[in-house]
Amino acid sequence: MKAFLILEDGTVFEGTHIGADKEIISEIVFNTSMAGYLEVLTDPSYAGQAVCMTYPLIGNYGVCLTDMESRRAWPDGFIVRELSRIPSNFRKDITIQEFLTQQDIPGIAGIDTRALTKILREKGTMNGMITTDENYDLDNILPKLKEYTTGKVVEKVTCPEKYVIKGARTLSENGPLSGSAKFVPEDYKAGKREMRPSITKSLNGLGKKVALLDLGAKDNIAHSLAQRGCDVTVYPATTTAQEIIADQPDGIMLSNGPGDPKECTGIIAEIKKLYDTDIPIFAICLGHQLMALATGADTFKMKYGHRGGNHPVKDLETGRVYISSQNHGYVVDMDKLDAKVAVPAFINVNDGTNEGLKYTGKNIFTVQYHPEACPGPQDSSYLFDRFIKMMEVNKDA
Amino acid sequence: MPKNPNVKRVMVIGSGPIVIGQAAEFDYAGTQACRSLKEEGVEVILVNSNPATIMTDKNIADKVYIEPLTAKVLEQIIEKEKPDSILPTLGGQAGLNLGMELEESGFLASHNVKLLGTTAATIKKAEDRQEFKDTMEKIGEPCAASKVVESIEDGIAFTNTIGYPVVLRPAYTLGGSGGGIAHNQMELETILENGLRLSRVGQVLVERCIAGWKEIEYEVMRDSAGNCITVCNMENIDPVGVHTGDSIVVAPSQTLSDKEYQMLRTSALNIIDELQITGGCNVQFALHPTSFEYCVIEVNPRVSRSSALASKATGYPIAKVAAKIALGYTLDEIKNAITGKTYASFEPTLDYCVVKLPRLPFDKFITAKRTLTTQMKATGEVMSICNNFEGALMKAIRSLEQHVDCLLSYDFSELSLEELKDRLKIVDDQRIYVIAEALRKGMDYDTIHEITMIDEWFIDKLAILVEMENALKEGPLTVELLKEAKRIEFPDNVISRLTGIPEEEIKKMRYDNGIVAAYKMVDTCAAEFEASTPYYYSVYGSENEAVETNPPKKVLVLGSGPIRIGQGIEFDYCSVHATWAFRKAGYETVIINNNPETVSTDFDIADKLYFEPLTPEDVESIVNIEKPDGAVVQFGGQTAIKLTESLMKMGVPILGTKAEDVDAAEDRELFDKILEQTEIPRAAGGTVYTAEEAKAVANRLGYPVLVRPSYVLGGQGMQIAISDEEIEEFMNIINRIAQDHPILVDKYLQGKEIEVDAVCDGTDILIPGIMEHIERTGVHSGDSISVYPAPTISRTVKEKIAEYTRRLAKALHVKGLINIQFIAIGEDVYVIEVNPRSSRTVPYISKVTGIPIVDLATEVIIGKTIRELGYEPGLQPEADYFAIKMPVFSFEKIRGAEISLGPEMKSTGECLGIAKTFNEALYKAFLGAGVDLPKYKQMIITVKDADKGEAIEIAKRFEKLGYIIYATRSTCAALQEAGVKARKVNKISQESPTVMDLILGHKIDLVIDTPTQGRDKTRDGFLIRRTAIETGVNCITAMDTARALVTSMEQKHEKFTLIDIATVKSRGLKEE
Repeated sequence: MKAFLILEDGTVFEGTHIGADKEIISEIVFNTSMAGYLEVLTDPSYAGQAVCMTYPLIGNYGVCLTDMESRRAWPDGFIVRELSRIPSNFRKDITIQEFLTQQDIPGIAGIDTRALTKILREKGTMNGMITTDENYDLDNILPKLKEYTTGKVVEKVTCPEKYVIKGARTLSENGPLSGSAKFVPEDYKAGKREMRPSITKSLNGLGKKVALLDLGAKDNIAHSLAQRGCDVTVYPATTTAQEIIADQPDGIMLSNGPGDPKECTGIIAEIKKLYDTDIPIFAICLGHQLMALATGADTFKMKYGHRGGNHPVKDLETGRVYISSQNHGYVVDMDKLDAKVAVPAFINVNDGTNEGLKYTGKNIFTVQYHPEACPGPQDSSYLFDRFIKMMEVNKDA
Repeated sequence: MPKNPNVKRVMVIGSGPIVIGQAAEFDYAGTQACRSLKEEGVEVILVNSNPATIMTDKNIADKVYIEPLTAKVLEQIIEKEKPDSILPTLGGQAGLNLGMELEESGFLASHNVKLLGTTAATIKKAEDRQEFKDTMEKIGEPCAASKVVESIEDGIAFTNTIGYPVVLRPAYTLGGSGGGIAHNQMELETILENGLRLSRVGQVLVERCIAGWKEIEYEVMRDSAGNCITVCNMENIDPVGVHTGDSIVVAPSQTLSDKEYQMLRTSALNIIDELQITGGCNVQFALHPTSFEYCVIEVNPRVSRSSALASKATGYPIAKVAAKIALGYTLDEIKNAITGKTYASFEPTLDYCVVKLPRLPFDKFITAKRTLTTQMKATGEVMSICNNFEGALMKAIRSLEQHVDCLLSYDFSELSLEELKDRLKIVDDQRIYVIAEALRKGMDYDTIHEITMIDEWFIDKLAILVEMENALKEGPLTVELLKEAKRIEFPDNVISRLTGIPEEEIKKMRYDNGIVAAYKMVDTCAAEFEASTPYYYSVYGSENEAVETNPPKKVLVLGSGPIRIGQGIEFDYCSVHATWAFRKAGYETVIINNNPETVSTDFDIADKLYFEPLTPEDVESIVNIEKPDGAVVQFGGQTAIKLTESLMKMGVPILGTKAEDVDAAEDRELFDKILEQTEIPRAAGGTVYTAEEAKAVANRLGYPVLVRPSYVLGGQGMQIAISDEEIEEFMNIINRIAQDHPILVDKYLQGKEIEVDAVCDGTDILIPGIMEHIERTGVHSGDSISVYPAPTISRTVKEKIAEYTRRLAKALHVKGLINIQFIAIGEDVYVIEVNPRSSRTVPYISKVTGIPIVDLATEVIIGKTIRELGYEPGLQPEADYFAIKMPVFSFEKIRGAEISLGPEMKSTGECLGIAKTFNEALYKAFLGAGVDLPKYKQMIITVKDADKGEAIEIAKRFEKLGYIIYATRSTCAALQEAGVKARKVNKISQESPTVMDLILGHKIDLVIDTPTQGRDKTRDGFLIRRTAIETGVNCITAMDTARALVTSMEQKHEKFTLIDIATVKSRGLKEE
């Protein structure tokens, strides 16, 4: 079946329909990761957006359900050059086609994704429609596209109620340590698939209680802490600061999430209260932006954002550069920072934009990118260790 | 961290002659690195024995030494030039080993020379098998169970604990020389014995066999601050067991989920961090296909063939960045030259798929085993880019220029399903064609996967291509079907063959329906940032990105495709120089080529680079977009020449010598007419199509005769026949591939072979120098030792040669380059062949005479005259030194290849010996080719009857040098009779000790074995030669070569004369 991608500027791409059979309007963004399409699809930060993968061959290794980064897929639509006819990977459960249908996500394949990416790069992120209606009427559609906003999406993606993830008590609970995985033919024949290989080599977080405010969290944030031994309590985004503080966590994590940070006025107010405590805080992505907004800084929308697994980020404390996993359309405005409150701790080597903050006189540091990876490089997982260290120091003090 | 201010004079070590496993990629890397160093104001002293390289040009380095790559020579250069540092990681394994040798001996320390980039300790950790294993164990990175052994007994004992099969890898060898898989004790003993000898340190790794696992590579960069990035990962379609240089490789990996991709990426970064590598590094993994288990196979702490491939696949200039890192820069300080916006610390991301295919030399070595193992056999490779895998594979196949253009190109249709199952077990270069046939016959993916271990994703892609073949065969050819066929890159001629519709009609149907190639940019960032570097690949069904330019003048330069025996790096040298010269003259330059190893495909050589197959259709698509004012074909070897006719049909003027004149040189009748007009003699001969005709001509001329196809390079298929039977045999071989052109049969004349390259402006000619071959006619010119200035021919002969060259160039209306081969018999000169184009000797003669003939030829093509360029026409004054070009072979890599020299070219590369005296030049040339004698002062001579007289003379001279000479029965008798104290040794079939035992005893320096006339049919000679080569014993098959060798050894050469090539000035150039 034919499908069409119609952009706000009137550009129309004709391709083949994939996934669920429905029409959507959404914000069109592109992601440059070459692998990890399932992690992209299940990243709640994509709520309210339709994602175009710049890598042309998608679905090659099918879908392995244990690799999902949240309970479901979130993008409104999926845009690809080509979906693989067969998936090939020892852990695959279903095909990407099946997954999209199951998750009720419509999409379009067979379009010139590079041309689309160039349009978004040049004109900036814009809205679009995916439809199978061959008789689409641009005059009718374009005003509708202009009207669309992602709106308040955090409430949509956060967990409905609080829950606890117990931390590992021994390293072996984390599954095979990356590098020492052994293939057991008997297990494989019995259908016992291997878990994800873990890169965590020490239980330095053993006994720590972490409160994770779920603004649209990817599972690997909690996993990264639990693998290090932390017990993680996950709270819905609407939880009050008071309730979190009452549980007496050793540290608080603010997760990633979708949408315009400035829409989250209520959450920002609560985060300000968390800031005022002495509890160590580590925030990622949306959490980072909300902490900045809560403490008087500003954010702005980038032309087309950072979405991919290849952005270099410089840790200003050490001077080291790490390749990071990124997914954000908004960024903290460095020009409007008050050094008395926070100073830049990380910057993007390519465009010099802010990638993280250190809060003056506080046990708080926040990053714009994704140390939890999935998809993308695991280079920044050391930040979880930094957070654990911070909790330790705070306890000792 | 900014540049280290203490680095001012850097010595760069090149990789030496092109051999299998170490090819043009190091010229690419070295050239890029030298330019990068010079950009930083660093003085570069370059050492490389290979004169065909661009890196040995005077505009690439400040001082250029084309000298043998041995520690002794390097020490002398260091003493003379006093560099403050040395960069050994750009010259492949050869360069790295030399750097290590100088460091370990303490020479560098005592001369205050620093090793730049990766340290010696790191190199040792990465290269020494045991140290590497210990290091990996320390950081928890798994290696396959293995043990380094130094004796056969230890090898057997260890293997008994881990079980067969085992993989054997000798330490410090290139291209996996001497390695292999042993399935039983007998195989173990054979391979191990050989490997122990070939290893520089006498160590071989015995390892658990992980054949069948996925082979995944990561190219990583690390700077001195510890910043790490991965440039690219690659997946070998052929699982572990086939050397990655012989594998079909795809980038990025296709069948790895993010979990596996990141697991291995993290591992690669951990490894280079632990090894403290500064610069580029290649990490190879074996990944279990059905689990997360993996093994680190090996790490190459230097730029490599894979890094060249990764650079071309992503646009990330690894060598350039590695050079900057060596100077002290960190990744976040180095700009990404493609985008100009991002930095070198940005990981490239691809929005296309890259396929690399090896160019294997089995068309040259028809007796060789085609099986692919852990020992690399490919001489070169092609790369292609498309936005789908099928298309990239189809483009790569037709880039090979091996008479293949689709999966039907090798016919296995006669095999039954059962036979196909057996055939699939053979791992060779035809495996994908066998899989395609199995799919046609309905074999299921599981079965194919179980036999080949190739991932089902790739099998499915082959199936998609097979389904398209079927759809085209069944028809009808609808617009939709044609669109889909073009999307996956079926060329028009294949569609035509399958549908039965003429190619022209298919093209028309395409054009009528707008089904044309569009071009996309390789930009390192998947379009996330604007890129300004016009590096393009074609796709169908997309928007064109190639920027339309309308400069005053635009020229298309056709590259020479994959490196193969007969068409090597020399033609890349010519293409690059022509491009530079056109640029200088104000032309916009457009290069088309498909070889990822070369300088010509670096993104900043031409104004535009199209990474595409060199077929008429692919070129036409580019011509439609670029509309060049002309094309030059004379620099790109036979690959480019073959496109002449098509270019003319497209309406593209051929710049320089006209196509009909090129034809006249190849067409027997036309050429004979020209010779008649110009009164130049040649050997009598005729053109034929069939064996019957050939025999008739041969009998008319009298045997021996030379049989060869026309329009080929490197003497492919050329043979000397002495009988009707041999004619039959050779004609059969030649005609296995359909010939468009007739076959030539000439009277074989024996004499001195002379070669000239000249530039002709239509009126005047310029001959930089005359080259004389050491070997008599009968040995291909590319395999002969070539001497400039010609040492043994008279003034009269030289004048005659200059005069004949002038007449021929004029008669053929040459504008640009011409290459002519002559035979001199006494004072008579005959012409053998004329090639109105660039040749293999062009870089060599340019360098040793200081006359940049490609640049001059290009200027002449543009319209200048030789006089206007400042040269007095004619033969230029001779140099006051000797420069000798020595062929280098890779016979040890190709099991079963016949090594004896003949009219068909077999060498893969060359090196230079340059010195004040003939003897020293010769000695250096041999040394550069790896012949470093004497060692044990024992040799074997076994020659055919006709050579016995010369053998006596040569044997006497070796005897005088203290050699003990062993000889087989009749040779021995002849030698003894002449007073040589030869010792008789038994033939292989006779009782022990035989000649074979002697060779295997490893105390033999040299074997001189000339095969019986024509082609050697005796198993004995073949076995002796193969055994010698495979055990690392020098083996010479022509008496002239043997004489040259002994001549070179008759003087002691302790202190060499070192000539800086960059200071060689043309003696004919008029003072301004």
